[in-house]
Amino acid sequence: MFKAKIWKLGDDIDTDIILPTEYLAFETVEDMKPYAFSPLRPELAAKIQPGDMIVAGHNFGCGSSREQAPEVVKALGISCIVAKSYARIFFRNAINNGLLLIEQPDLYDEVKEGDVAEVETGKEIKVNGKSYPIASLPDNLLEILEAGGLVKAMRKKNGLD
Amino acid sequence: MGHTLVEKIIGNKVGHEVKPGDIVTVPVDWCMIDDIMVPFAVQKFEEMGFSKVAKPDSVVLIYDHFLPATQVDDSRHFRVGDEFAEKYGIKNVHRTDGICHQLMTEAGYVKPGDIAFGTDSHTVTYGCVGAFSTGIGYTEMAGILGTGELWIKVPETIKVEIDGTLPGNVTSKDIILRIIGDLTASGATYQSLEFTGSTVEAMSVASRMTMSNMAVEAGAKCGIFAPDEKTCDYCKIPYDDSIKALKADDDAIYSKVLRYRAEDFVPVCACPSLVDNIKPVSELKGVKVNQVFLGSCTNGRLEDLRTAAAILKGKHVAPFVKMIVTPASRKIYREALHDGTIEILNDAGCIITTPGCGLCCGRGGGILSDDEVVVATNNRNFLGRMGTSKVKIYLASPVTAAKSAIAGEIVN
Repeated sequence: MFKAKIWKLGDDIDTDIILPTEYLAFETVEDMKPYAFSPLRPELAAKIQPGDMIVAGHNFGCGSSREQAPEVVKALGISCIVAKSYARIFFRNAINNGLLLIEQPDLYDEVKEGDVAEVETGKEIKVNGKSYPIASLPDNLLEILEAGGLVKAMRKKNGLD
Repeated sequence: MGHTLVEKIIGNKVGHEVKPGDIVTVPVDWCMIDDIMVPFAVQKFEEMGFSKVAKPDSVVLIYDHFLPATQVDDSRHFRVGDEFAEKYGIKNVHRTDGICHQLMTEAGYVKPGDIAFGTDSHTVTYGCVGAFSTGIGYTEMAGILGTGELWIKVPETIKVEIDGTLPGNVTSKDIILRIIGDLTASGATYQSLEFTGSTVEAMSVASRMTMSNMAVEAGAKCGIFAPDEKTCDYCKIPYDDSIKALKADDDAIYSKVLRYRAEDFVPVCACPSLVDNIKPVSELKGVKVNQVFLGSCTNGRLEDLRTAAAILKGKHVAPFVKMIVTPASRKIYREALHDGTIEILNDAGCIITTPGCGLCCGRGGGILSDDEVVVATNNRNFLGRMGTSKVKIYLASPVTAAKSAIAGEIVN
């Protein structure tokens, strides 16, 4: 179980919003961090604290296949994203980078920015005294997530870790 | 039980029948890595501890987004790509030939029935020749480089049936924009779009590419056409029984069927700043235009340039409009030079640039400023994609783009 402060975004948060193209070629994800979400909320990246969570509506991460998007969210210390739905490439990329994504249909409409959530993975999220059920991921994805991402899973397969 | 086209392609590759929801590991025929993602894919490949690339001849490196380089760090991407190709014996490297999604079929790589993955979301484009192809991240690409395979979930399929004859000022771009508007930007998430009907049968492969290319804007995993004689001519392969078998069964099961009459389509734009914010051009009267962009993997092909040239012939773009034309590939550029298309566009006052992604991804020339309007033939109008977040991007067909350039406002 972990507690997390909520930052709330809307529907269709695309990957150009999460990290615009002009910052994609920065050599490290640390360099990219200040520009996360800048087209929509330029102040947000500086305010996010490690352990915070993002709550959003439908189709989070739509758009390009840039993996810098989930990487930069992970690097900001976001513990998990809770959205109504995700775009498929972002979903895979997030899991491959060890970033926890949770689908929940009702929570978005009933919480506000700044609320604090208690998350019990694979079971429920509690906010303002109300419980929201959440599902578990398929086994093959859980394996990657639990290994800490696809790189670590492959290193294990190659006998390195 | 019958199968949809994507179920057949995946089933053929894994050697047994598959159904939507099955998680299967597929052999990968082609993997495409573009210049933006090269250094990251290489880094992940090395971190994973692989000592060789499983299938070097299946790998294609293409430099297009950063070409010619406009920022001081861009050339690092070319250098890392070249070194990786040299070290691991990758022969398929395109350094100045055009946009990755144009080249993957044009240069003879992806064929009907193939499975391809690329580090760019518009990898869905190769559905135009009856291949299953989709975008992935660079970490998964690194995994494919090392193993030659990838797990996928077999998608459900939405069938899109279009019959009849299109009005003269309507192109396949207007069709796919309308479909995205009807489905919404997430309406086909995780699913395959299968395009059928007499209208798509009558289309060129180039027009089909425009529709496959934008399938991802409705969230789709792929956007696919059954291959026919035109596909085989384009791919330079015989139209034999194995190709004819690549079509959906009559009793295939679809999650949804959308039916359209071609005669009902009208010219449309995707208005700022969502791809599913679709409005008829007739409702956009009086929107003044600062710039027009004709190009990209969506609409930078010879037929698109010719369409614009037919409209611009003997005319001139409006005095305050800059019209940028970027052919999708070197081959298209040469053909457009040879047949006089480039001359017409040049005489009409267009700015012709070298083949590549250009303005579509906010690189290259043509960046705009607050409150400026661009009519663009590419696939995305997201906030900040072509300059500041207050630039207004209207996505449109080459017909609407050319007519709007002359009028100085959005018209068709």
